[in-house]
Amino acid sequence: MGNVNLKINGLNVTAPAGSTILEAAQAAGIKIPTLCYLKEINEIGACRMCVVEVKGARNLVASCVHPVAEGMEVQTNTPKLLDSRRRTLELLLSNHDKKCLSCVRSGQCELQELCQELGVTDENYFEGETTHYELDESAVHMVRDNNKCILCRRCSAVCEKVQSVGVIGPNNRGFATFIGSPFEMGLGDTSCVGCGQCIAACPTGALYEKSNIDDVLAAIADETKHVVVQPAPSVRAALGEEFGYPMGTDVEGKMAAALRRIGFDKVFDTNFSADLTIMEEAHEFLDRVKNKGVLPLMTSCSPGWVKYCEHYYPDQLDHLSSCKSPQQMFGAITKTYYAEKMNIAPEDIVCVSVMPCTAKKFEIQREDQDAGGVPDVDISITTRELARLIRKVGINFRSLPDEGFDDPLGESTGAGVIFGATGGVMEAALRTAVEELTGETLEKVEFTEVRGTEGIKEAVYNVAGMDVKVAVASGLSNAKIIMDKIRAKEADYHFVEIMCCPGGCVNGGGQPQVHADVRNFEDVKAIRAKVLYDNDAAKTLRKSHENPSIKRVYSEYLGEPGSEKAHHILHTTYVKRTVN
Amino acid sequence: MKSLEQLHEICERMRKVVQLREENAKEILEKAAMCESGKDADGNTYRTHVLVCGGTGCTSSGSARIRERLEKEIEANGLSDEVCVVKTGCFGLCALGPIMIVYPEGTFYSMVQEEDIPEIVTEHLLKGNVVKHLLYEETVKADKIIPLNETNFYKKQHRVALRNCGVINPEKIDEYIGTGGYEALGIVLTEKKPEDVIQILLDSGLRGRGGAGFPTGLKWKFAAGNDADQKYVCCNADEGDPGAFMDRSILEGDPHAVLEAMAIAGYAIGASQGYIYVRAEYPIAVQRLEIAIEQAREYGLLGKNIFDSGFDFDIELRLGAGAFVCGEETALMTSIEGNRGEPRPRPPFPALKGLFQKPTILNNVETYANIPQIIVNGPEWFASMGTEKSKGTKVFALGGKIHNTGLVEIPMGTTLREIVEEIGGGVPNGKKFKAAQTGGPSGGCIPAEHLDIPIDYDNLLSIGSMMGSGGLIVMDEDTCMVDIAKFFLEFTVDESCGKCTPCRIGTRRMLEILEKITKGQATMEDLDKLEELCYHLQSNSLCALGQTAPNPVLSTLRYFRDEYIAHIVDKKCPAGVCKDLLQYKIDPDKCKGCTLCARTCPADAIIGKVKEVHMINPEKCLKCGACMEKCRFGAIYKE
Amino acid sequence: MAEKKATVPFSGTKEQEEALMKVIHELKDEKGALMPILQKAQDIYGYLPIEVQKMISDETGIPMEKIYGVATFYSQFTLSPKGKYRISVCLGTACYVKGSGDIYNALMEKLGIVGGECTPDGKFSLDACRCVGACGLAPVMMINDEVYGRLTVDDLDDILAKYE
Repeated sequence: MGNVNLKINGLNVTAPAGSTILEAAQAAGIKIPTLCYLKEINEIGACRMCVVEVKGARNLVASCVHPVAEGMEVQTNTPKLLDSRRRTLELLLSNHDKKCLSCVRSGQCELQELCQELGVTDENYFEGETTHYELDESAVHMVRDNNKCILCRRCSAVCEKVQSVGVIGPNNRGFATFIGSPFEMGLGDTSCVGCGQCIAACPTGALYEKSNIDDVLAAIADETKHVVVQPAPSVRAALGEEFGYPMGTDVEGKMAAALRRIGFDKVFDTNFSADLTIMEEAHEFLDRVKNKGVLPLMTSCSPGWVKYCEHYYPDQLDHLSSCKSPQQMFGAITKTYYAEKMNIAPEDIVCVSVMPCTAKKFEIQREDQDAGGVPDVDISITTRELARLIRKVGINFRSLPDEGFDDPLGESTGAGVIFGATGGVMEAALRTAVEELTGETLEKVEFTEVRGTEGIKEAVYNVAGMDVKVAVASGLSNAKIIMDKIRAKEADYHFVEIMCCPGGCVNGGGQPQVHADVRNFEDVKAIRAKVLYDNDAAKTLRKSHENPSIKRVYSEYLGEPGSEKAHHILHTTYVKRTVN
Repeated sequence: MKSLEQLHEICERMRKVVQLREENAKEILEKAAMCESGKDADGNTYRTHVLVCGGTGCTSSGSARIRERLEKEIEANGLSDEVCVVKTGCFGLCALGPIMIVYPEGTFYSMVQEEDIPEIVTEHLLKGNVVKHLLYEETVKADKIIPLNETNFYKKQHRVALRNCGVINPEKIDEYIGTGGYEALGIVLTEKKPEDVIQILLDSGLRGRGGAGFPTGLKWKFAAGNDADQKYVCCNADEGDPGAFMDRSILEGDPHAVLEAMAIAGYAIGASQGYIYVRAEYPIAVQRLEIAIEQAREYGLLGKNIFDSGFDFDIELRLGAGAFVCGEETALMTSIEGNRGEPRPRPPFPALKGLFQKPTILNNVETYANIPQIIVNGPEWFASMGTEKSKGTKVFALGGKIHNTGLVEIPMGTTLREIVEEIGGGVPNGKKFKAAQTGGPSGGCIPAEHLDIPIDYDNLLSIGSMMGSGGLIVMDEDTCMVDIAKFFLEFTVDESCGKCTPCRIGTRRMLEILEKITKGQATMEDLDKLEELCYHLQSNSLCALGQTAPNPVLSTLRYFRDEYIAHIVDKKCPAGVCKDLLQYKIDPDKCKGCTLCARTCPADAIIGKVKEVHMINPEKCLKCGACMEKCRFGAIYKE
Repeated sequence: MAEKKATVPFSGTKEQEEALMKVIHELKDEKGALMPILQKAQDIYGYLPIEVQKMISDETGIPMEKIYGVATFYSQFTLSPKGKYRISVCLGTACYVKGSGDIYNALMEKLGIVGGECTPDGKFSLDACRCVGACGLAPVMMINDEVYGRLTVDDLDDILAKYE
């Protein structure tokens, strides 16, 4: 399709045919406010914030869905429009719980920001009946507060379309419409996988993770406890956004420094246990190939994906790798190997993880995740919570020095750090498995075919005379495509990596909120993933099996990858769940 | 499967049957050389046809029992071979139901009771003596009985969309064919190209009868111009305006006309599948449609290779489930797709991306009912009726404070005064006409000053109302216009889908302000806020429901602002409707002290001793009116 | 939000389930089948409890929440059964000041249900209604089409007994 010429606010603008007025305006440097619009996910024209005047049109049109046309004349900021948008906001506010001072999203709330920008001076201009809802605190990982919901439906669109889960949606109609689950079931009783993508999509404070930062502070204050922390690879790729750094800034050093100043006894790194995961998973893969085990082998690092598989594909659980996730492997090794080494009782160790993920809060409570006789991981907080914690304890993040991680669980390779991007686990596993299979050193460690932010990637590698067919999917709607193929026996993959969140953990549901204005027009996943790939490229050690600390764990404690002891400590089991 | 020739044979045969029911049937029969009625599908010939209305109105007033009793009496009198009973659709005069017409005489019995049947059968059907005292009084003149079409209710009407309603048995396809039914489909499939059909519609000037009045031919042209592997033809039978029931009557009385038109539409735009979205609250219409579709399939008038033309078309019924918003075209399609019936933004328009994302046209029942006749009689015939920009006729559901409630079909351009005063018989009880409401919750009120405006799409818009689907509610001096606006807003609030902000929250806020006004609690600032909301919803709402929701408020404000101000400033309801603003009082000159009122009062608000004048304590009074109703001396009044 | 559970225990029969399965299998490959399936399901069971919606979800693969969203959008779908005897208590102003609120509360207590619900044996359902235009008889309730006026709480047992 070609281009069309139109005028926006008197400016001549050229835009591709089929694009929306919003897109054309954005490209021309004109901002039109939006609230319900999420590109390709929620294009419903419902909130009416983005209305514009089109010459000849009877009414205002929603620019987020209205296509451009040749000769169209658009106004985006006449007094009438600014007034309309303010009135729409005032209507929203008339049925909104306006406790902004104590709201978790204060300062990062899109509704609040628009009220400021459009000059709402009386939040009670339209007074009237309001709806009241009880908080839904039934889920382990998050809270739903419908009193702050503005019914933009971004959350339910993400849940249904991006994740193919669809456990929340609009119920009732008219003024009584609310977002909820069937029969007002609590989210915790549904087959919600805990991914937190709804939180990431929410413009207001209606959805937020259950906060565990006070638990962290209490553990640190308890002198009888040895508190260790492990930040996931993706945290360093996004934490900076909370402190004013541009998206795509690697703040690994400052993050380590901050964690130390918060008062953790040891600042370790989940990258270490990512390397450990590769050792076990690559071994499991080779074992299944050699011994005609169930193929394809599917990764199990992503707790949202694991829970999805348990609910929606309980008949396919054999495909899941029995490896615990890096978070859990870290906890397990901390409370066994590290505890013995340091001569601390496992129950006196508090293992805290910082994750880009809300599903990790569920994962730490799973069964068969207690290698040392106590839960592997005690507290899991999100990247957002870490930022709040840093602010709460009064650390000036930007002025921190760059620091490193502690030994022995802080050392990692480039293979571990790329876990946070879709395809990263696959690439890391291939680096180890290929060398193992061929017995030769790889000339080039980059497996670029599995990189990139597309939802589904496939590749075939000829390794030691065997064609290894791999697939990588992120976002559960893509996982569903792969799983349906596998269930129908139409897939001949050997190894499949699945990440619950689109783009992988860098875009996890626990990462810093990204304003829809950014999300709609920038490739957030790619920008954050680049941090991890750059971090990897800068490392001298880029293969998990070359990690000296890992070698030491095996030689001193576990023996071989896949050994009985390794199995006991680093592997787990799954349960069949139903769809609700 | 029937060929076109076979269709013509049926038509010839059946024409003789159904022509008995024309108003001048007697003359036709007398003139005809072969003075005999035709044979129907079962080979029977009847000298007399008794038509009993089987529409929803008459059914609820007991027409099924009438029919049964009639058949029984006919049999008992040995008339079964000579007289047949025909269950028809709606005649229009629902207030007079159950309705019965005897042909070929054309005598019109109204409000027929079961007890009346033996007399009608023995006197009229057996002996040929019309039972005058049971006839519709208007048809009985001093010297003669006049035919129905000379009565005030019918004489200004011109029935196009309703032409078969009350004439044929809608459950017999042969009767429809006998009136020339499916002839238009035959012509189209064998003689016309799709673009010819669209041109005929364009030339006819037919505009959508469902509300906004978009030119039907243009809609079809857009859909025809978009290539796709599948296209759809939809029929909007989700008639939801309170007070409008013409679509129901057409479906109940002449379902095949709609099926035929949809098939024509399918041919014109290149669609092979049709959907009729009909309210589940219309069980009779649903049943008749099911029968009609079945019969049309049997005759091969729906299905594969219709009339051996290579054209395939079939129709499926989908039932609504109680959501007014599904009358909006995109919401209707969303609902057929199996979703919450929420509208989606346009563009893309349905002609490009409609049902299941395929090019789709949607027309309402009345629009379709016009189409076969436009094809048969030609676009010039249709365009000769009506005004410059609104051609043809329009059906109105006449209701409210008016004598003749029912369905009327009038040429566009008829004045409101003709409808109200002549056809409708004026406002009863000597009350004064105050306003007429058209367009339901999307429309507005037309005050007496505009009574002489010729009704068409554009004129109604210019005076702040709209055609809508054709509800026409007459209001007299006892109607409070603020209360009316509130009534419609309550409806909209109940029916708002909740998707877009202005409608979801704005309608609720508007209603709250109207409630404040009717309670005497509002200020002039509230009125400003109300108007502000009206304009906000008009220009900002996602779909027509929200965009037009303010119309009842805006039009009453336009013509009756003083009533709003009386509520707000003087705390009075001039029409004496709004309870909170009126007081019940006892006229001491009339009160006899019988104590009945005091005993009736649910709030113990009336004090007074036996045989002494009573008083109402305004603090306690609930304004329920029970006392006024009970008082035998007319001593209680409100002000 | 409290979880919405029907007070009447689900008592679907094997025949009903078979009828539902037949409907689903006839319709499920049709485009937009959910509405017709829900309509037929309501014809079969009289209402659409969680058990029925779950069966539809399992058989069609349509998420429960989507089904529930549709079922709660249209006013003709009902989530709770109506009783054989439908009690409506007028809570219009006239009745209310004459104590219809007490009547309503007493009925809830006697029947062991709240407004909008149905007794577990399917006999009585209780609703509040707007003015029925019998203010002179306040307080008023209706059982099916029968009107009871000038009620006191003491009258209720006798009235209910008529329907036992």
